[in-house]
Amino acid sequence: MSNNHTRVGKHFQLTERLVFEEGSAGRRGFNLPELDVPRRAVTDIVDESLLRKNIDGMPELSEVDVIRHFTRLSTWNYHIDLGLYPLGSCSMKYNPRINEKVARLDGFAYAHPFMPPELIQGSLDVQKTLEKCLAEISGMDAVSLQPAAGAHGELTGILLIRAYHESKGKPRRKILIPDSAHGTNPASVTISGYVVENVPSNSSGTVDLENLRKVVDDDVAAIMITNPNTLGVFESQISEIAEVLHSHGALVYMDGANLNAMMGITRPGDFGVDVLHINLHKTFTTPHGGGGPGSGPVAVKKILEPFLPYPVVGQRSDSMLFFDHDRPQSIGKMKAYNGQFGMHVRALCYILANGPDGLKEVSEVAVLNANYIRARLKDSYALPYDSPTLHEVVFSDRIQARKDVHVGDIGKRLMDYGFHPPTVSFPLIVPGAIMIEPTETESKQELDAFIDAMKTIATESEENPDLVKKAPHTTRIGRIDEAAAARKPVLRWKPS
Amino acid sequence: MLSDIGVDSIEKLFAGIPERLRLRRLLDIPKALTEPELIEYFRQRAARNASEYSSFLGAGVYRHYIPVIVDALISRSEFFTAYTPYQPEIAQGTLQAIFEFQTFITQLTGMEVANASLYDGSTGLAESVLMGQRISKKNKFLIAKTVHPEYRAVVSVYARNLGITVETIGYSASGRIDMADLAKRLDKDVAAVVVQTPNFFGTIEQTHDISELAHQHGALSIVNVAEAISMGILKPPGLDAVETRTADIVVGEGQSLGVPMSFGGPHVGFIATRDRYVRQMPGRLVGMGQDYSGNRAFVLTLSTREQHIRREKATSNICTNQSLCALMATIYMATMGPAGLREICEQNIVKTEYAVQQIRSRTPREVLFQGSRFNEFVIKLKDDYAKCAQKLLQSRIVPGLQLSRFYPELGNAMLVCVTETTTKAQIDAFVKGLE
Repeated sequence: MSNNHTRVGKHFQLTERLVFEEGSAGRRGFNLPELDVPRRAVTDIVDESLLRKNIDGMPELSEVDVIRHFTRLSTWNYHIDLGLYPLGSCSMKYNPRINEKVARLDGFAYAHPFMPPELIQGSLDVQKTLEKCLAEISGMDAVSLQPAAGAHGELTGILLIRAYHESKGKPRRKILIPDSAHGTNPASVTISGYVVENVPSNSSGTVDLENLRKVVDDDVAAIMITNPNTLGVFESQISEIAEVLHSHGALVYMDGANLNAMMGITRPGDFGVDVLHINLHKTFTTPHGGGGPGSGPVAVKKILEPFLPYPVVGQRSDSMLFFDHDRPQSIGKMKAYNGQFGMHVRALCYILANGPDGLKEVSEVAVLNANYIRARLKDSYALPYDSPTLHEVVFSDRIQARKDVHVGDIGKRLMDYGFHPPTVSFPLIVPGAIMIEPTETESKQELDAFIDAMKTIATESEENPDLVKKAPHTTRIGRIDEAAAARKPVLRWKPS
Repeated sequence: MLSDIGVDSIEKLFAGIPERLRLRRLLDIPKALTEPELIEYFRQRAARNASEYSSFLGAGVYRHYIPVIVDALISRSEFFTAYTPYQPEIAQGTLQAIFEFQTFITQLTGMEVANASLYDGSTGLAESVLMGQRISKKNKFLIAKTVHPEYRAVVSVYARNLGITVETIGYSASGRIDMADLAKRLDKDVAAVVVQTPNFFGTIEQTHDISELAHQHGALSIVNVAEAISMGILKPPGLDAVETRTADIVVGEGQSLGVPMSFGGPHVGFIATRDRYVRQMPGRLVGMGQDYSGNRAFVLTLSTREQHIRREKATSNICTNQSLCALMATIYMATMGPAGLREICEQNIVKTEYAVQQIRSRTPREVLFQGSRFNEFVIKLKDDYAKCAQKLLQSRIVPGLQLSRFYPELGNAMLVCVTETTTKAQIDAFVKGLE
């Protein structure tokens, strides 16, 4: 054991049953103000056959019961405020508290999306300003904030591409996707009515340009490319790739999951991208919330602007902002109203807190941190691709696998050292992938502690592989029998 | 750090990006603000939104009181700064809370299984149509015109490229779906009937009769509930002694359960179904199981439906849920309990009826549709909407939604919403503004 192990200490943790197993009949957590209009029986107003008698199984709790219950649950979570969260492709960075403060201002929290424009100028100004900032950061011409998350942005982007081709005569049939892509990419393509054609990577983990020239024809609607790709490698031939697509009238979609590597350094719009989505919950610090809400604006070049989802934020001649629904070529609505506004406020706050120098520094430090980890761990873990990487690095478990220790085990053992595991088994082109993205918000001390833990685990894998294979040893619960849970799924509590 | 890496500047780390693609200027965005400046910046903008107005807007986004403990609990960084619970050993808090959300939704809807949440009601409805296509292997959907118009717009975008056709069924004088027309249009090619309750006009649909009729023709029944709190008192679409009278999919928007309106998002979609259809469901599911020592434990399950495993063959491209908003709804329901939810619903119904009666007795305006209502209703205006709205706005009252954009056949009509947060004084002032 290294000194690292002192990072994880002992502290009592309370067990807690399900909320349905707590409480007692008649308890209330909240009192409603008394009815201030003349009291009438509901059955005088609504046909009794339309009413339910009770809600079976719903618990009755006091305010303290509720506070205790969810507070106890919360202590079972790892979270970014506790420590490094090295999930590759997820950009788990510190969520500034100022974002939370301003998103909760009454004027924003109580705004209704159907209010007359003169009563929502503040919200519309936030959206308009964020659109402008995202367009500048990505080098694009226009932005829609409507998509609810990254995958929803992908779907929106592919539908924009479809609408563009339809306006030229026919939608075409295929979308090319490199084999290193996120799983959402092919899934989004399928529900857009396109066929996925996989493009193999070359020996440096990037798109094989010569092969690409052979597969692009007039039936290809677009390529869907991640840059830097999921290995963290910048596609250095990206503008040549774009040229190949454009010469056949096809477009370039970029998955913007890895934008954290390039703010103020290079811009998708300047290297040939026609449309990308941006994950506000990755690069722009809106909190992950245990799995959402996300927010996935799409940024486009002029040629795609007419097709953006409606409404778009427009401006009248008297400078009044308004929701413009009159968009005859629009693909339609991707979501009711106009996006995850609460996330828009947070993302704009982050951009304004950093400014042009700050955002550039964010990407510089993110890349520095990732390369530091790469340099310090490359003797302990196999590096399947030697190409230079930006904000993340992908190792493999090839060395440890000789002792039957696999990437999942390494991740679980990290928990014993007080860290969340990295992204495991992705990208699919690397067997036993260990994908690490530290982000810019980690100090050298935190990185060193992580590196020490990883090195210790490498040694343990040689000397005592069982210790790693049975990890974690310090968590509240051990490994879960996931196969059993899936075989006979229990998806809700039932009274016994 | 640089010497460990073996370079002499950060700049060298970007050598993989060709020089001609580099941005050799600073981004043209506003210069950095400090914390007090940021607070002032956003405070000024928030102040340019309406404040000190009473509001009669609903139409899918509802003003309900949110107990203080909801925000207090979701503000714990253990919840809001955690990632998706892919590593169950250190994410049991999120996982158990989602399992509780799933259970609450089944209790509320009367269904057997609910997922971990979807983006919102509108995309949830679109996903449920796609799910209906997978289950039925049929492509024709009949959708009530009284389903939220923006939801229908989203459905048509999702459906367009998947061979799905959507036909609209009108409404009758009751404000409910035109049952005679529905019966006429149902045939063996129909995949599902899609209705909303309370519908966009606030009228409560007889969903159990609709489900029965759909099933008689071999179609599925999909019911959308855009105002989830209504199920605290209304008999939910999933609940009936006779199973053929229950819906196959209940989908909707949970914003009214403790989630701020926040200008339209983030909110929280839910979807619930029968056990037999669970493998056709989109989105995440949390299951209860055990660790290898036999401790109760929660884990994401049935993920072989999902994009990260199935890629282009996945049931959906969804990769996130609305976890934190689902947590708000879970805390809200736990705090209110069944009695609290019922009382809130009673106040919505009684106050709404009070407003209807006051308008009928004190103003020349006509309240349309005779069907039972929950917390919304439609009034026909004498003169045009803009004139009426202007008068109300001068009294710091936000009028109800102008319906002509969605239902031109209703002429000058307004969709009005009254909740437990609307005071008698506000209702009386609104009624006075309509005189």
